[in-house]
Amino acid sequence: MPVLSEEIRNRIRAEFPKYPNKRAVTLPALHIVHETFRAVSAEAMKEIAELLELHPSEVLDTMSFYGFFRDAEHPMGAQRVWVCRSISCMLRGGEELLAGLCQRLNVKAGETTDDRRVTLEFAECLGACEAAPCMLVNDECHGNLTEDSALKLIENK
Amino acid sequence: MPTFEPVLLKRIDKPNSTSLAGYRADGGYEALQKALKMAPDDVTNLVKDAGLRGRGGAGFSAGAKWSFLPKNHPGPIYLCVNADESEPGTFNNRILMEQDPHQLLEGIAIACHAIRSQAAYIYLRYEYGCCYRVLDAAIKECYAAGLLGDNILGTGFKLNVYLHRGAGAYICGEETGLIESLEGKRAWPRIKPPYPAIEGLFHKPTIVNNVETLCCVTHIVQRGGEWFKSMGVPPDPNNKRDQGSYGPKLYCISGHVNKPCCVELPLGVTVRELIDVHGGGVWKGRKAKAVVPGGISMGFLSANELDTRLDFEGPGKVGCLGLGTAAVVVIDDQTSMVDVLYNCCRFMSHESCGQCTPCREGTGWMTKILERIRAGRGKFEDLDLILEVANSMGIIPGTTICGLSDGAAWPVKNAIMKFRGEFEQYIRSGRKSITPAQELMAAH
Repeated sequence: MPVLSEEIRNRIRAEFPKYPNKRAVTLPALHIVHETFRAVSAEAMKEIAELLELHPSEVLDTMSFYGFFRDAEHPMGAQRVWVCRSISCMLRGGEELLAGLCQRLNVKAGETTDDRRVTLEFAECLGACEAAPCMLVNDECHGNLTEDSALKLIENK
Repeated sequence: MPTFEPVLLKRIDKPNSTSLAGYRADGGYEALQKALKMAPDDVTNLVKDAGLRGRGGAGFSAGAKWSFLPKNHPGPIYLCVNADESEPGTFNNRILMEQDPHQLLEGIAIACHAIRSQAAYIYLRYEYGCCYRVLDAAIKECYAAGLLGDNILGTGFKLNVYLHRGAGAYICGEETGLIESLEGKRAWPRIKPPYPAIEGLFHKPTIVNNVETLCCVTHIVQRGGEWFKSMGVPPDPNNKRDQGSYGPKLYCISGHVNKPCCVELPLGVTVRELIDVHGGGVWKGRKAKAVVPGGISMGFLSANELDTRLDFEGPGKVGCLGLGTAAVVVIDDQTSMVDVLYNCCRFMSHESCGQCTPCREGTGWMTKILERIRAGRGKFEDLDLILEVANSMGIIPGTTICGLSDGAAWPVKNAIMKFRGEFEQYIRSGRKSITPAQELMAAH
C-alpha cells in the first residue's frame, strides 16, 4: 500500500514540465509531501525517489541538508511556530519572547506540544525586521509581538 | 535638501499596487515593449552604461555580468532571480515582491530578452509565503495577458517564469548555492571559475540577479542611463577601481531606532542621516554604540564612524566588508557587543553549509569561544584566538569556496578591533550572559 496517494503523485508530476530533469523537483516534492504528512517518512522518501528516478539516498542527502523537513520520528505539529532569533529581533526582545513561549507552551525550542498542536522553533532572520520581534505561524508572518499577543495568535488558529 | 522622489517604492502604498491592471494604468510594461524593439546586446549595453551595480551584496556591474555570456550559444540560457533574501536585518526585497510584483516581473522579462533566455526561475525563500502568493497571482495575470508565454506582446519573444521555493537555508543566497539547490541537491556552493555565465544551472550559461537589481532594469530602460546616473555618487577620481554608485537604493533600518522602516534614497546617504532623519533617531533617548552598515556580514561601524556614506565605497573605508545589502541595524549604548557578536556568530555557524573545513570548524569555534566568554569563563587570550580563527577563513585569505566565511569573520574582526576594551572588561569582570532563551535553544 503506497504512502503517497495518486493525488500527491499527480501534484509532484505537475512540476516536471518546469525543469529539464526530474531531480530539480526534489525540493518541490519534499514540500508537497511534508505539507500533507507534517513529516517525510523513509517510505515516502523511497516513493519520491521512484517518481523522480533517483536513488533514495539522493533524496535523503538533499532532505537532510534543509532543517525545514522533519522525519517520521519527529513530525511537525498542526502549527509550526517559528520565532526569529537573529539580530534585529534579538535587539527588540525576540529571545525573551521565545523563552516565554517555551515556558507557556511547556516545550523546549524544537519540540512539539503533547497534544501535537504546536511545534515551537527558532528561525533565523525572517526578513520582517521593521516589525521586530516577529514570528511565522505556518505561512503567515506576525510582528510587533508581545508574549501575550503571540500566544493569542497561536491559540486562535 | 529636496525630498527624493521614489522610483522603486513609488507604487507600494497604492490600493491596487499588486494588480496588473493597476500596474498598466501607471505605465507598466511600456519599458518591456521598448526593450523588445531593441537588439538584446543594445539592452545589455544600456544597462552596463547606466552603471547598475548588483544590489545583492557584491555590487558587481549587472551589464558586465550579462556580457560574460558566451556569444552564439545554442542555449538554453537561464535567468535565476535571487529572492532568497536572508541576510539578517534585510527586508527590502520582501517589500518589493509583496507590494509591486509586476515591477520585478517586467525587469525579469527585459533581462531575459537581453540575455536571450527563455526560462527564468525565481528562487524564493520559503519563509516569504506572502510573496509567493502575490507573485503566483501576478505571474498568472501575465500569462493570461500575453506578457509571458509563447508570444509575448505579439513579438515572438518566448519566456516562462517559474517560482521555486527554498527550504530555509541562508547559503541558497550564494549564487552557486542557489543553483545547486534549484537542481535538487544540498546547497553546496561551487568552486569558481567556471562562473555561472559560462556554466551554471543545469550546466548551461546562467545569470543570477538580485530582486532589487532587476527592478532597477525596468526603470533604466524606461528613463535611460543618464537619468539613472543623475542619482548617487560618481567615481572618486583618485580611485581607479571605483565604478561609481549610481541609482536609487532601498535602505532597511532596524534595531534600536524609533522608526524601523525601509526607505528609498539615492546611493550615498550617511549612516547618521539614515538613523536621525529616516529612522526617527536612536530609541529611548539613547545613543548608538555600534551600527551594522549592510547586513551583519559587513561588520560594525563604531559611534564615531556614523558619517560614513552608504555607497559601494564608503563602508570599506572604515574597515567594513562593503555595502552588502544596505541593511542598517542600530545597537544602543546599553547593549553588550559580546551579546551582539555572539548572535552574529551563532547565525553563521548555523548557516555554514559545512563543505569547507575553515568555515565549518571556524564558525563553530568562534561561537564556542563567545559562549565560553558569556558563561563567565573567558580569558584575554580568547580575543587573540578568535581573531586568529577569523583571519584564517574566507575567500580573501583564500581558504574557502564561497564568501559566507568572510561574512562570518568580518563582524568578529570589526568587533574585537573597534570594541576590544568592552570585551576585555567583560572578561575581567567574570560576567555571565546566559539567558533562559539561550539554554532553551542550546540543542539545535
